[in-house]
Amino acid sequence: MSEAFSRRSFFRGGLSGRGVAAATAGGLGASYVLDMAKAEGRPTRPPGARPEEHFLATCTKCGQCVEACPFGTLKLATAGDEVPAGTPWFEPRDVPCEMCEDVPCARACPSGSLDTQINILDASMGLAVMTDQENCLAYKGLRCEACYRACPLLDEAITLDMKPQERTGRHAYFLPIVHSEACTGCGKCERACVMEKAAIQVLPRDLALGIGGDHYRFGWDEEAIISRDFVAPTSSPQVIDQQGVLDSMNDLSGIEEAP
Amino acid sequence: MTALRFQILRRITQLGVLALFWLGANMHLGVLTGNLSGSRIFGVVPMADPFAALQIATTGHLPGNTVLIGSAVTLGLWFLLGGRSFCSWVCPVNLVSDAAAATKRRFRLPIGFAVPRSTRNWVLALALVLSATSGVAAFELVSPIGFIQRELIFGVGLGLLAVPLLFLADLTLLKRGWCGSLCPLGAFWSLVGSRSPLGIRFDDESCNRCMDCVAVCPEAHVLNFNHLSTTGFIRSGDCTRCGRCIEVCSTEACSFGMRPPPAGATRNGDTHVHG
Repeated sequence: MSEAFSRRSFFRGGLSGRGVAAATAGGLGASYVLDMAKAEGRPTRPPGARPEEHFLATCTKCGQCVEACPFGTLKLATAGDEVPAGTPWFEPRDVPCEMCEDVPCARACPSGSLDTQINILDASMGLAVMTDQENCLAYKGLRCEACYRACPLLDEAITLDMKPQERTGRHAYFLPIVHSEACTGCGKCERACVMEKAAIQVLPRDLALGIGGDHYRFGWDEEAIISRDFVAPTSSPQVIDQQGVLDSMNDLSGIEEAP
Repeated sequence: MTALRFQILRRITQLGVLALFWLGANMHLGVLTGNLSGSRIFGVVPMADPFAALQIATTGHLPGNTVLIGSAVTLGLWFLLGGRSFCSWVCPVNLVSDAAAATKRRFRLPIGFAVPRSTRNWVLALALVLSATSGVAAFELVSPIGFIQRELIFGVGLGLLAVPLLFLADLTLLKRGWCGSLCPLGAFWSLVGSRSPLGIRFDDESCNRCMDCVAVCPEAHVLNFNHLSTTGFIRSGDCTRCGRCIEVCSTEACSFGMRPPPAGATRNGDTHVHG
């Protein structure tokens, strides 16, 4: 038995002062390296990816999603990429997601990092955002619409907002507007943008979306919620009986008689 | 019966596994998909790195079902095959550390500083502690094994710098630094292998103590003849089952065989030894 594993021999030689110092130094060094490796970019993940924290914890970096992707969209991060090494991601500007109906990448995931049951229309790989309205051709009054036409969810994820164009006075702006509830973050729009650097880009959802807060109530929404019996206050001026108010405030009966 | 038969076989399995993974990733050959961290054989039988699964569980997240099943498959397989047989028959880093050791022997370079073997057990413990505190499978994020095999299979990146780094560290500074002293995955498989049925049998009567095996063994401490003469079997999980001792032995004292029962080991079928 002496050569076989025993609990006593497991950490043999490690409990000296030097060993403890080495372990502490090693631990601190390792946790620093770990922080460096973790605190990297905010990549666009495959469809069905769990929230980044859960995703990073469970992904085994096996690459089966990458192999399942028929379009070469997904890749495993190598050391030196701005993404934790070994995890799957894609760069929409290079190769966007083709939104396969059967989502082979997510189906292949063994680790639970991707939801294998994901419906591609429910995917949220990120959110397309008009990151640069100053340079977008549509905002200059040109009829570009490249992103709008490239969107696989045409008129759902991106619509065109028409506005009068003041410069000429006789044309219209066709402004692309992204709708977060429909956009899957596939990145077709970012790929299609005709500019040298895309004016519409896929960002991580949590980075792209603000949070309004529950305390806001919007009257136009509330009207639909409140009951039929409720009569909305009218803005007609109320007649105030000024003398009655004064009398009421000066009426001390009941207060004087208190014990 | 070439003198390098196991070494040749090991290079075939090491490179063969990598090649099958590479063909799966790049040519859509479905024999092996994925990589050493997690895979499917013929698209069906899952395998997964049980040490990675253990780290994931330590983060407080439940590994996926397929990873759990795959880990059990892998654990079972490598338990039967000897635990650290993973190190010498599959792990690509073994190519690097064997190359460094062979170069040292060939050019009679100094053996190098021997980091205590138990360090890898501390690294294993540290990997689990850091997984719990950081919320990610800590070793998996920085593992040179992971970098090397992933980037060989899925595309070259800076991670392959681990190859020259490990080679040079072993060549100039350390005595089998990574594989022999530091690697927590080796420590994990060593624990598994310490009870494995398959290992190296030793015939004391044939052995002439020429020490050829000790000279080539990557874990020479497992060849302790005081123990071996009574047990007739290398019981330590540190043994990588690489078969170098069998190859170099001029008297055929070593052979692959099954682990004898713990007490009253039998050798040659006729001599009973108590120990």
